[in-house]
Amino acid sequence: MSARIVTLAILLALASPARAERLITTLSTSRVLISSNFTGADVVLFGSVERDAQTVARRGVYDIVVTVTGPRETVVTYRKERVFGVWVNADSRTFVKAPSYLTVLANRTINDIADVNTLRRTQTGLARTLLPQEISGDIADSTRDDPFRQAFLRLKIERGLYREIQNGVTFLTPALYRAAIPIPDNAPTGLYEVDVKLFADGALLSRQQTALEIVKVGFEQFVASAAREHGLFYGLATALMALLTGWFASVVFRKD
Amino acid sequence: MQIYLPIAELPVNVLLVLFMGLAVGFISGMFGIGGGFLMTPLLIFIGISPAVAVASVASHVAASSFSGAINYWRRRALDPALAAMLLIGGLIGTTAGVMLFTLLRALGQLDLTIGLSYLVLLGTVGSMMIAESVQAILRARGGRPAEIRRPGSHMWIHGLPLKMRFKVSKIYVSVIPIWLIGFVIGFIGAIMGIGGGFLLVPALIYLIRVPTGVVIGTSMVLTLVTMAYATVIHAATNHLVDAVLALILMAGGVIGAQFGARTGARFSGEQLRLLLGILVLAVGLRFAYDLIVQPVDLFTVRAVEEQL
Repeated sequence: MSARIVTLAILLALASPARAERLITTLSTSRVLISSNFTGADVVLFGSVERDAQTVARRGVYDIVVTVTGPRETVVTYRKERVFGVWVNADSRTFVKAPSYLTVLANRTINDIADVNTLRRTQTGLARTLLPQEISGDIADSTRDDPFRQAFLRLKIERGLYREIQNGVTFLTPALYRAAIPIPDNAPTGLYEVDVKLFADGALLSRQQTALEIVKVGFEQFVASAAREHGLFYGLATALMALLTGWFASVVFRKD
Repeated sequence: MQIYLPIAELPVNVLLVLFMGLAVGFISGMFGIGGGFLMTPLLIFIGISPAVAVASVASHVAASSFSGAINYWRRRALDPALAAMLLIGGLIGTTAGVMLFTLLRALGQLDLTIGLSYLVLLGTVGSMMIAESVQAILRARGGRPAEIRRPGSHMWIHGLPLKMRFKVSKIYVSVIPIWLIGFVIGFIGAIMGIGGGFLLVPALIYLIRVPTGVVIGTSMVLTLVTMAYATVIHAATNHLVDAVLALILMAGGVIGAQFGARTGARFSGEQLRLLLGILVLAVGLRFAYDLIVQPVDLFTVRAVEEQL
């Protein structure tokens, strides 16, 4: 019986796009290249809200929230305490698979776009992003007032890796929007997921995903991959380089 | 002029790093030391993680001590046999040091250990050097002759077995304290990113009674080999050596060292030791400040390396 209801729901869901808005997005580039002169970049996202004849007329305006999530990593947050007069890392929490980079762009204050429950359910906004912690073997999301969670967010924001830009999305026409995704100079390399959400009258109407990639190129890429994959040879080469530099200097500056 | 460092994963100003290399190189040439104890804190100060700083400075110290060692070798002012004995302990010590470095990094206590080691070691050595050199300067002012090596004096070290004759240094001592000194220098060098010249030179003079003429050259050979070796194993185990950073540092370092050596020749041994003592103590106190004063931010984050 319940299976039949689910089937019906799926059929309805599949049928519904006819009257819902569709999102179309494109990025100015899908690959950000890190070369030796990289000091950060902006990736521009363009998109439009597609409507067709069946789309219901809406009183309100559209709201767009763009969430860019970098490669996930496990991060330990330490808290220092004074032990015998010295500040040491005493307590710590492990955040499992936290985004290394997270930027949320919206066209207006996120809290005005939808009610708290909708925002929480759709994980919209920095404060509502899930940051699961590992607590004695179990993994559970941290509460929003957890000091370690707050410190983690604050430190990420200070480093420019987490951002929330409330006016980061601009509507060029009522259906055409634009957003500049800031990529800081310390952004980790890897695949970045770009999630675009369309809200109207406080409800999530449509969602569209795309991705961009941040890669080291040329010499930077060569050095980084050599260091990781051929550590021993890389070390030998660096040591040899040191010896050559030292030898060269002693020849050039020879006093006699 | 910004350049992106591939391993440290952040851009730095090339001219700033080059200047740091020059300045530290100048000091290292002036005092005949590697300068790692100054370079590592400077790199940490400009935002490079302590782990990358320690691993990358090793190659910088290797470069400057190699250029120094060649000069001493030309003047035959080093003792190859003594250097070889020191190296036996030094290489074992370096291996142990890198292992402890890896372990402390996993435990999240590497930064604290680096800070505490700098404080204790530099604080003690700096104070001792200042006290000793001030006494020497006062003695010289008073017209009394400087204390010379007493040929008959016996210490417990001279009672140890496994004695060996070192022809260049003209000493006959047990190899056990030599191995031990090599081990300690290699061990702390790998953890703190220092060559240890400022520790090794006094240890060889006061404990082993190596003549001052060969002591700096010999100490440079040990520093050179342990630091080159530390570069290789830091690269192989922790993947933290930034070759681009190291190259800029080295280039500045070897040039600065030449000018430093010329300036150093104008000072007397006591004056140099006093200056170096003040410098060493100042770096130690800087670390003390960080450890004792409440940090602005009690929290720090560190990504756990995903094992590939």
